[in-house]
Amino acid sequence: MTQYLIRRLLIAIPSLLGISVILFTVLALAPGDPFEELATNPAVPPEVRLQLRASLGLDDPIHVRYIAWLTAMLRGEWGFSFVSRVDVDQLILQRLPTTLIVIGSSQIVALAIALPVGILAATRPYSLFDKIANTLAFVGFSLPTFFTGLLFILFFSIYLDWLPFVYRTEINATGFAWFWEHVKQTIMPVMVLGLFQGAAWTRFVRSAVLDVIRLDYVTTARAKGLPERVVITKHVVRNAMIPVVTLVALQMPIVFGGAIVTEQIFRVPGIGSLLISAILANDTPVIMAVTFVFACLVVFFNLVADILYGWLDPRISYR
Amino acid sequence: MRAVDGVDIRIGAGETVCVVGESGCGKTVTAMTVLKLIAMPPGKIVAGRILWRGRDLVPLDTDSMRKIRAREIGIVFQEPMTSLNPVFTVGEQIAEVLRLHEGLSRRAALDRATEMLRLVHIPNPQRRVHDYPHQFSGGMRQRVMIAMALACNPKLVIADEPTTALDVTIQAQILDLIAEMKERLGMAVMLITHAMGVVAEVAQRVVVMYAGKVVEEAPVGELFANPRHPYTQGLIRSIPRLDRAGAGKARLEAIPGTVPSLLAPPPGCRFAPRCRHATEACRAAEPPLREVAPGHKVACIL
Repeated sequence: MTQYLIRRLLIAIPSLLGISVILFTVLALAPGDPFEELATNPAVPPEVRLQLRASLGLDDPIHVRYIAWLTAMLRGEWGFSFVSRVDVDQLILQRLPTTLIVIGSSQIVALAIALPVGILAATRPYSLFDKIANTLAFVGFSLPTFFTGLLFILFFSIYLDWLPFVYRTEINATGFAWFWEHVKQTIMPVMVLGLFQGAAWTRFVRSAVLDVIRLDYVTTARAKGLPERVVITKHVVRNAMIPVVTLVALQMPIVFGGAIVTEQIFRVPGIGSLLISAILANDTPVIMAVTFVFACLVVFFNLVADILYGWLDPRISYR
Repeated sequence: MRAVDGVDIRIGAGETVCVVGESGCGKTVTAMTVLKLIAMPPGKIVAGRILWRGRDLVPLDTDSMRKIRAREIGIVFQEPMTSLNPVFTVGEQIAEVLRLHEGLSRRAALDRATEMLRLVHIPNPQRRVHDYPHQFSGGMRQRVMIAMALACNPKLVIADEPTTALDVTIQAQILDLIAEMKERLGMAVMLITHAMGVVAEVAQRVVVMYAGKVVEEAPVGELFANPRHPYTQGLIRSIPRLDRAGAGKARLEAIPGTVPSLLAPPPGCRFAPRCRHATEACRAAEPPLREVAPGHKVACIL
């Protein structure tokens, strides 16, 4: 097991290197110049601008710049933002926890909806409950998050005035009040993302459970005299979870992508909005670092999925 | 659609009864219905009784049925490759029954499971009890299934074509095992099969089914010596025999045609369209099951 983990982590290194090469090349080839503003600024003469570019190494060939970036990264120097002059790693550390909390809780919400609803619908196929669940799931995953997000804001913030629609980092309160304010401003982005994912997964869990429930070993379990509840929770769900884990792991990149949009709607100061503002400002070091962090997270979740497989399915061995 | 219709099978304590017939005759449905393992809906018991030790099982609710499953009536299925749950060890799957019905602790149940594996001749049971189904061959898995069905010492074991999915040498071993278990534990066996050779070997009494109905029932010796129904005669003639092979009859005799669809059963005797002796009278009315000799019943007017 430990050996398997070490090997998987070693395999992750070349794939992360490959990702970084592609990211770097694309960013280098993309139009846009971090010093665009200086070009139109009459106070800065062109010579100064060119000197600045040269001192930052922007005129070197791509591979030289890539090697420079890579060696700096390996030393733990992530560079600094062209715009705010703050170290990139500090920027990311500021933003990452918020994103992880929002995405993490939304995924928990999604699973908390998808698992029970999907399983219950599959045990009573074509019943009223199944039909309602299916219809709602269809509606849920047909509506894009930027639309439901706006609906939520209209209803809960403007019409009912229950929840704030702008996420604030500075909250002038302590103790429970501080915590409660945070919960209140996190609810909407979490629910928007969670309901969307939950709707998609409900349909998937239902079909995975339906696939398993008609297999021979489920009849065997019933023939043992086990109560239906145990037959489902023990013999069916464990097997049905194997394809669900694949889906959840494969959707992680999409989830992060969707989170960027949601963060923009609710002004959540997460890593997604950092990326958007960096792209708008041509802030290459920040773009590079944030996309690289996303890549690491995706690789990490794939590893988690592989470990979960082995735990769920004894036929998979870590060799 | 009536999958089975008017099937009356009696099994005495400690008796081995074979139910034979081609695929699609309703043998498996009959077996599954005894334990009410057919999903309802869409399945439905329209009429009739399932008498188990004087008690009718048809009106029983699921909870009372659960107490009979595995504890009083064990069942072995046709497909050992798919009948075991791939994500649990075989020990756990046997121990589960014991914990449920006999209230054994985890430890004690696992010990009994090991004992059961030893009983069905799985080598190295202490080690194998922790293995998963995919680490066993088909024959070994069927042994595990038998161990599971026998774990609570049931009074009746229903074996639904337990050897169909296995190759010939393993088939013989599994049949021997069932016979041996029966001798040791003294339970009754309802063996469902389509192989007449198997019937001759293990049965005491034989029930022949055709298109959802019982067409003949007799003690095994009587059935093979004096088969009355043309379908039974056909089944017996279709057994390959070494002693007849050289004597001119090189081709194995088969019953022409196939089992009719139960959605639209033929009028009169259901076997009439395939029967070489069929007359107008056969097609006109369904022949009732009547006793032609002590313990020998047949549904044929000839």
